Amino acid sequence: MYSRKVIQKFEETLNNPQAHNVGRMDANAKNVGTGMVGAPACGDVMRLQIEVNDKDVITDCKFKTYGCGSAIASSQQMIEMLIGKTLEEAKNIKDREIAELLELPSIKIHCSVLAEDSIKKAIADYESKKA
Amino acid sequence: MKSNLVYFDYASTTPVDPRVAEKMHECLLLDGNFGNPASRSHEFGWKADEAVEKARLHVANLVKADSREIVWTSGATESDNLAIKGAARFYKDRGNHIITSKIEHKAVLDPCRQLEREGFEITYLDPDKNGVISLESIKKHVKDTTILVSIMHINNELGAVNDIEEIGKFTRENNIIFHVDAAQSTGKLPIDLSKLDVDLMSFSGHKTYGPKGIGALYVSRKPRVRLEALIHGGGHERGFRSGTLPTHQIVGMGEAFRIAAHEMEKDNKKIAKLADLFWKEVSDIEEIYLNGSFKNKIPNITNISFAYIEGESLIMALKDVAVSSGSACTSASLEPSYVLRALGRADELAHSSIRFSFGRFTTEKEVKMVAETTKRVVHQLRELSPLWDMFKDGVDLEKVEWVTH
Repeated sequence: MYSRKVIQKFEETLNNPQAHNVGRMDANAKNVGTGMVGAPACGDVMRLQIEVNDKDVITDCKFKTYGCGSAIASSQQMIEMLIGKTLEEAKNIKDREIAELLELPSIKIHCSVLAEDSIKKAIADYESKKA
Repeated sequence: MKSNLVYFDYASTTPVDPRVAEKMHECLLLDGNFGNPASRSHEFGWKADEAVEKARLHVANLVKADSREIVWTSGATESDNLAIKGAARFYKDRGNHIITSKIEHKAVLDPCRQLEREGFEITYLDPDKNGVISLESIKKHVKDTTILVSIMHINNELGAVNDIEEIGKFTRENNIIFHVDAAQSTGKLPIDLSKLDVDLMSFSGHKTYGPKGIGALYVSRKPRVRLEALIHGGGHERGFRSGTLPTHQIVGMGEAFRIAAHEMEKDNKKIAKLADLFWKEVSDIEEIYLNGSFKNKIPNITNISFAYIEGESLIMALKDVAVSSGSACTSASLEPSYVLRALGRADELAHSSIRFSFGRFTTEKEVKMVAETTKRVVHQLRELSPLWDMFKDGVDLEKVEWVTH
């Protein structure tokens, strides 16, 4: 049912959360953008926080995810893709890339969609603070 | 099978008892009892028929029925289909209204849906918050046209027990056929069909340490209940169910039910002790909820919602333990358990539920190990959960505006 990659990412995150960017940042800080998407009633909620420097580069990320193993693995995959990218580059990350990297079955595509949505929301939040 | 895997999913299916497997094996090979029980012309057939009738007696004995009231089927799903569609279609001239509940197994709900397409009217009753269907709610919905009531004995997700004695009295007085899905009951609760006013009762082989692919339907003789058959082709089983009888399966179910009659008390005592131990061990985890009530459930099933954790991730984290979840993600439909929703549990608690079910071969060591692992991974997953953060910060999750997708 799960690909080896999903299981690996899920277990790494579960067993060593600090090393895998689990956590939270000060949502009120000027250089932090927060995006929370999903709903408990739907079975998944993802909270992504990005820390951005003055060159618009994402220098760090933290996340927490309530959801199935694929949702947690998608969050982890997304973090790996985000750090070091500029905001413009990050905006171009597509759910399909995450799904392909994790070999998500079609019934789990919503997990990667959620990841893409959380990126968009986090960036929008950061940009609204700057504006 | 990997030896470090612990099986805590007995409500889904049970392993075959070794004594059952041995009996089944005697009915397969050339030098064994392989004949067609319907062959009347030679010893092979007679011997097979004898074995089938002996097994029928074992099944009848466990539920205190007459062996002539037991019809072999391919499993409880077929029994439910035969009972519900068979009775509804036979008695359609009396009326077209059927009462069942929202938390029946799909093997009852789907035939009811089919009957709706055929013009029957079905009432799906709500259970109370613990998963019990009250006689009052049946009384409230019964009409002149009601011909059939179908209520399960024990709910497969919760272990909740319905009072079929009380319901039966009412349906008998009102000349309504009463069907009971008892797939989860055999070997767990005593059943006495000589006293119960039940007309039709479904049984499964593989929930009671028998093989899969075999079940039975009890069809009352006094009063006589009639059914329209679903499967035609030879008139086996007094016309209720055609098809060559699978001797090895039947012998297996018979032996399993014979053992159940002898060992029920012993099994239940042991399982109740283990279930108590399990609950004692896990109940110090914060924010967990038992689905169902200890007062009115069998100990074999313990269904718990672990708030702020999604059930499928919990199953994945409990990787050496076989359990099942009411979480949407474990189902093809992406809908959380309809049973938990019918109890009025919030969707998020349905998503967070795990059913632990214990059985004859469960050990104390396994219970302690699983309880320990559960405590550890619940803690780990809550560390990953934004909802847990919010709960700890005192945020009212009901009032958050969620961005759904």
